[in-house]
Amino acid sequence: MNERIEIRWHGRGGQGAKTASLLLADVAFSQGLYVQGFPEYGPERMGAPITAYTRLSSNPIRVHSNIYEPDFVAVMDETLIGPVDVTSGLKEDGAIVVNTSKEPAEIAALLKGYKGKIYTVDAASISLATIGRNIPNTPMLAAVVKVSGAMDKEAFFDNMRNSFSHKFASKPEVVDGNMKALKMSMDGVNVYER
Amino acid sequence: MCMKDNKMKGITPESTYDQMTPGGAIYGSGNSEFFNTGDWRVAIPAWIEENCKHCLLCVPVCPDSSIPVKDGKRLDFDFDHCKGCGICYKACPFKAITFEKDGK
Amino acid sequence: MSIRERFSGNEAVSIAIKQINPDVMAAFPITPSTEIPQYVSSYVANGEIDTEFVAVESEHSSMSACIGAQAAGARSMTATSSCGLALMWEMLYVAASLRLPITMPVVNRALSGPININNDHSDSMGARDTGWIQMYAENAQEAYDNMIQSVRIGEHKDVLLPVMTCQDGFITSHAVENINILETEKVKAFVGEYKAEKYLLNPEENISMGPYDISAYYMEHKYQQAVSMENAKRVIAEVASEFETLSGRKYDFIEEYKMDDADFAIVIIGSSAGTAKDAVDELRNEGIKAGLVKIRIFRPFPAEEIVKALKNVKVVGIMDKAEGYSNNGGPLGAEVKAALYGNVTGVKAVNFVYGLGGRDVKIESIKTVFEQLLEVDKTGKVPAHYQYLGLRK
Repeated sequence: MNERIEIRWHGRGGQGAKTASLLLADVAFSQGLYVQGFPEYGPERMGAPITAYTRLSSNPIRVHSNIYEPDFVAVMDETLIGPVDVTSGLKEDGAIVVNTSKEPAEIAALLKGYKGKIYTVDAASISLATIGRNIPNTPMLAAVVKVSGAMDKEAFFDNMRNSFSHKFASKPEVVDGNMKALKMSMDGVNVYER
Repeated sequence: MCMKDNKMKGITPESTYDQMTPGGAIYGSGNSEFFNTGDWRVAIPAWIEENCKHCLLCVPVCPDSSIPVKDGKRLDFDFDHCKGCGICYKACPFKAITFEKDGK
Repeated sequence: MSIRERFSGNEAVSIAIKQINPDVMAAFPITPSTEIPQYVSSYVANGEIDTEFVAVESEHSSMSACIGAQAAGARSMTATSSCGLALMWEMLYVAASLRLPITMPVVNRALSGPININNDHSDSMGARDTGWIQMYAENAQEAYDNMIQSVRIGEHKDVLLPVMTCQDGFITSHAVENINILETEKVKAFVGEYKAEKYLLNPEENISMGPYDISAYYMEHKYQQAVSMENAKRVIAEVASEFETLSGRKYDFIEEYKMDDADFAIVIIGSSAGTAKDAVDELRNEGIKAGLVKIRIFRPFPAEEIVKALKNVKVVGIMDKAEGYSNNGGPLGAEVKAALYGNVTGVKAVNFVYGLGGRDVKIESIKTVFEQLLEVDKTGKVPAHYQYLGLRK
C-alpha cells in the first residue's frame, strides 16, 4: 500500500458509517498498520447525513484534523449524492465506492465532473441476502478494502472472521452470514468503464 | 484522645503557614474546650444550690455542655464556656437558677 | 513489554482507571466524557474491578461524593466535560483546599453558549485557578499515560492536590488510534496502594475536615496550597522519570519539537499539537525554521521551561483554544507573555484564538499562523496583539 491512505465515509445516521470507519481501522490495526478512525460529531439524528473518516498509515499518525482530500470515498447511500458533495477534494487518482443497485454509468452521470474511478456495489441486496437485514456497512467495508488495496484480501477475511466470532460468540450463524456478505461484496464490485 | 495530641491546641493567629495543618483540618475531637467562649457573655446564670432538686433538666438543654454532672448531681456552671444564653434558667422548674446581667 | 492496542481516548482513560482500580468512582454522564463512567460501570458490573461506583444526580454531587470519599480515605475519581465541570465549580475549590488528591479525566468541550458539544478548552481553562493540577494530552496515548501518572502526582505527601487530566473532546476521545498500554500488574505496582496519612475513617484518630477558616488563618492555608503547587513541579518530574523507566515514554512539562534552531515557534495545547507538528515538518521542508512548544502541564505553569524554549526565537504565536474576554488575548497568551516579561528581550508575540466549538484545525490552518509570524518578522510590526484564526469577517 501507499505510505498513507485516507478514506472518507458518507452515510446517514443509523446506517453504520461510523462503525465501518472504525471497523476498517480495527482490521488494518490487526495487519500492523497505524490507524485512526473517527466520526464527525454533531447533533445526532437518525437519517441525517453523517461523515466519518479512516486514516491508515505505515508511520505514526499525528494529524488530528478531518480529511479534506481523501484517497477514497465510500457512500453508504446513493441518495446522498447531490445533497452532499461526496467527491469534494477526492483525489483524481483515487476512487469512489457507492452502495447502489444502479448501473455504474448511472452513478457516473450523477457525479458530474468527477474524473476518477467510480465503483458500485449493491450492498443493500447483499446484506439482505446474507444477513437478512439491510445493514450495508459490512459489504461496503469489503468493497472499500478491495478498491483501496489497503490490505491483503485473505488476511482481511481472517481478521474479520476472528472479530465476528468474538462479537457474535453466541450466534455462529450470524458469523457465517457476515462472512458471506464480505465475500459476495468483494466479487460484486462493479467498475465504471469510461 | 489525649489532649497533648490535639495539634489544634498549639495553632494560634501567630502561627506561620508551615505550623498549621493542611486545609485547616482539626486533628482530634472536642477542641471547643480550648476556646473560652465565656467572655462573650452579657448575662449570667447563677445556681441556687439550696433550691436545686438535682432533677438535671437543665443539663441536656445547655448548648455548651457547661453544667457538669458528677455522681448524678449537678455542679456549678463552667463559666469558661457558658455563653449566657439563659436556656437553663427557663428550663429550671424550681427557681434554682437565676439569670441576670453579667457584672464582670 | 507493553501491549500494542487500538483504543479511543475515552477507552484508553477507562482502561487506565480499570488498571488503577480506584476505591470510588462517582460520576454523572455528559458528552463527550460519558463513555468513561459508562466503561467503568461495566467493569464494576462485570466484577473486573471492586470500585464502588456511585451514580449521582449531578456533577456537583459527583465532586461532592469524591470529596467525601477521598476525605474518608478512599482513592476517588470522576470524569466530566464542559457544563458538568462548570456545575462542579465550588466543589473544585473545596477539593483543592481540603488537599484531597482526587483525579479527574476532563474531556474538553466548549462551555456554552451557544450550546455546542465539540472541542475547545473553555471548560478547563475556566477552572485553571481552582487549585487543581492540570495535565493536557495530545492523543490517546498521552491521555492514558497522564491518567496513570496523575494518581502518583496528586497523592504525593508534598503535593496532596487534585489533578485534572485533560484531552480533546471527540478529536481524541472518540477517535480510535494506536496505543501501547502497560500490563495491569505494572500499573498497579506503579500507582501503589492509597494510604492517606490523615483520614476521616481512621478509628485511631479523630479528625475534622473543612472547618470554617477565619481571616487570621485563611491566607496561610491558601499559601500552603501554593507551596504544594510549587512542590508539584518536583514531583511531576520525578513521576515522569519513573514512568519513563516503566514505559520507555518520556514526559516533561512541555514538549519541544524542532526548537533547537527555530526562528518561529508556536505554543499550543492538546490534539492540535500533532497537526501542528506535521505543519512544522512541511515548513522545514520549505526552508523555514519553524518549531513548536506543546504544553503538557498547565498547572503548575511551566514558566521557566517556556522561557528557556523561546528565548532565541524571533516571533512566537501563542495558540489559545479558549477566549479570555480580557481584550488582551486568551489565558495561555497571558501566561506565556507574563513568563517572558523581564526574562526575554526581543521576542515578538502574537496570540491566536483558534478552534473554538470544534472548528477543525488543519495543517494549512497552522501554516497560516506561521505565515503571519514571518510577516511580523519582515515588517517588524505586530499587526494585532491577538486575533481569531480563520474567522470569517
